[in-house]
Amino acid sequence: MRKIAKHPFLFVGCWELREMLGRSARDEQQLLEAIEEIPLDSIYYHTYSFFLRHKYIAGPYPNDFATWAAIQVRDRVLGEKLGVLDPYDFENLESLRAEIVTIIEEHLSQLQIIPRAIYGEPFHFMQSRIIEVPTGLQARTLTEFRETLATIDVSVIYYHTFEAILRLGRKKGDFAVWIEEQLGLPDLAQKISKLDPYMTSLENIRNRIIKICDEVLEKGAFV
Amino acid sequence: MSLLDDYRDVVPRGTIDFLKCLAEKVKGKRVLHINSTRLGGGVAEILRSLLPLLQDIGVNARWEVISGTEEFFATTKAFHNALQGQEQNIPQRLLQDYIEVNRENARRLSFDADYVIIHDPQPAGLIERKSAQGKWIWRCHIDISRPQWKVWSFLRQFVVKYAAAIFSLPRFAQRLPVPQFLIHPSIDPLSDKNRDLSSEEQNRLLKKLDIHTDKPILLQVSRFDRFKDPLGVIQAYRLVKKHHDVQLILAGGEATDDPEGAMVLSEIRETAQDDPDIHILLLPRDANLEINALQRAATIVLQKSLREGFGLTVAEAMWKGKPVIGGFAGGITVQLVYGVTGFTVNSTEGAAFRIHHLLDNPEVMAKVGEDAREYVRRNFLITRHLGDWLALMSYLGRKS
Repeated sequence: MRKIAKHPFLFVGCWELREMLGRSARDEQQLLEAIEEIPLDSIYYHTYSFFLRHKYIAGPYPNDFATWAAIQVRDRVLGEKLGVLDPYDFENLESLRAEIVTIIEEHLSQLQIIPRAIYGEPFHFMQSRIIEVPTGLQARTLTEFRETLATIDVSVIYYHTFEAILRLGRKKGDFAVWIEEQLGLPDLAQKISKLDPYMTSLENIRNRIIKICDEVLEKGAFV
Repeated sequence: MSLLDDYRDVVPRGTIDFLKCLAEKVKGKRVLHINSTRLGGGVAEILRSLLPLLQDIGVNARWEVISGTEEFFATTKAFHNALQGQEQNIPQRLLQDYIEVNRENARRLSFDADYVIIHDPQPAGLIERKSAQGKWIWRCHIDISRPQWKVWSFLRQFVVKYAAAIFSLPRFAQRLPVPQFLIHPSIDPLSDKNRDLSSEEQNRLLKKLDIHTDKPILLQVSRFDRFKDPLGVIQAYRLVKKHHDVQLILAGGEATDDPEGAMVLSEIRETAQDDPDIHILLLPRDANLEINALQRAATIVLQKSLREGFGLTVAEAMWKGKPVIGGFAGGITVQLVYGVTGFTVNSTEGAAFRIHHLLDNPEVMAKVGEDAREYVRRNFLITRHLGDWLALMSYLGRKS
């Protein structure tokens, strides 16, 4: 059976411009104070869009705050506490900011001295300017969806998962919503929406989605 | 088939088609780049690759160069040094001359463009003659985080009039009342310095340089400059030599009229003594293919800088799949993700330890080299640089 969507999936990618805030932190107290004050676009830059900048190699820690604490300050404990934080557990960026502040405050309250980047680099605060880029590509069937996904720029994966979920408020991500609503495949949609992109790279997410689609296509129920 | 399509085989999948979509946002826009030279230096090298790609993708791009007297360029050289922290005494007369030369160039050049991109301090004063239309962007390629304040204060009066400023690293920037963006420089994978070489071509180039590949090669390509720590590299080589029969190549520019360069070169020769396994190569400015061949022949590449700009020689070696050990300085720390795409070190002993470790673990070398190449593919190629420019122009255009 060939299921054709009434509304095609329109693939949109994005490009991140990196804007510098002109603010930096040399120690963990300064980091804490700045995190309380910076725009949410900066929290977004140092947590979510980290993945857009690490498309292939996940890096030792999954966000900039954890990486700085562990590598530059050489405070592995704070690095680990911040590294395990999953942005997907939070409703919005403000609650993510609150949790980061709590983790750092609690950590500092147990120390006699404030850890500082002595040999390492200060933390430079940045913010994201995301430019949406329609690719002009679309899919009406699962086969078309899978084939297009395999060849597009990986920022499309980012846009329809991270960006859609967090900033555009589409909680399941665009891929899952379209597959469920337009192709009538709720099981496949659920599998895709349950993929946790946090601990991997965008290329791995692409490969996982393709694999899940292939499993459905191999059964021959949909082409 | 467009020029951009030539890059299809070396960039991540989907990139070329995506860049073409991104270019739709600024198609037909007129972009003018202005710098101080067409020859030599990293800025000219990048513009030589970037301009044809911008034109190819539908942007009406052109490149102009300012002219000036010898005294003007001596003044801007002093600016360059002062902005990077060296004490310089620049008399008021020369500051006035800088303004005059910029005015003369402004009379000569046409600024009829939607975006005017001014590279570095030399032409920054052109903004005084800015027409009503067009966004002016100042692209600063140097580290101005610790400037001599008198010179920065002079230059700042021009910089604050731009719509935006761009730096290669956040730590290179200054506090400014205009938006500041981060754009890393890049390498061109199809240029003579980075393109694939056939084994015959590589052998011929190495033979010309009298380099043999019978022993593992440690290589540092850099100016003969104290900040590149060539003596530290020789010390690290000697520590490693106790355990591994390796050779060291220090390749740099020919001794010019730079007295300090000549002094450093003489110290290197003295330190190397008559060790037949230390090769000191003086290469001409355009020895791109030779550098390419050396990087490809290397077992491990070093960039043991104590101070550094962005350090694109690191990306060049990474692109060739080589494990790189770099000093913890400038842009090296951005390119080398510790233990993943390479290693940063803080001492001579650290460099020796890492060389030793890698030579003993060829599988680690292979993995690091592989990840390094992928990291460059996604972050430091000219195609990413092109995308940043297209996105910036789109963003600034939308804002207006």
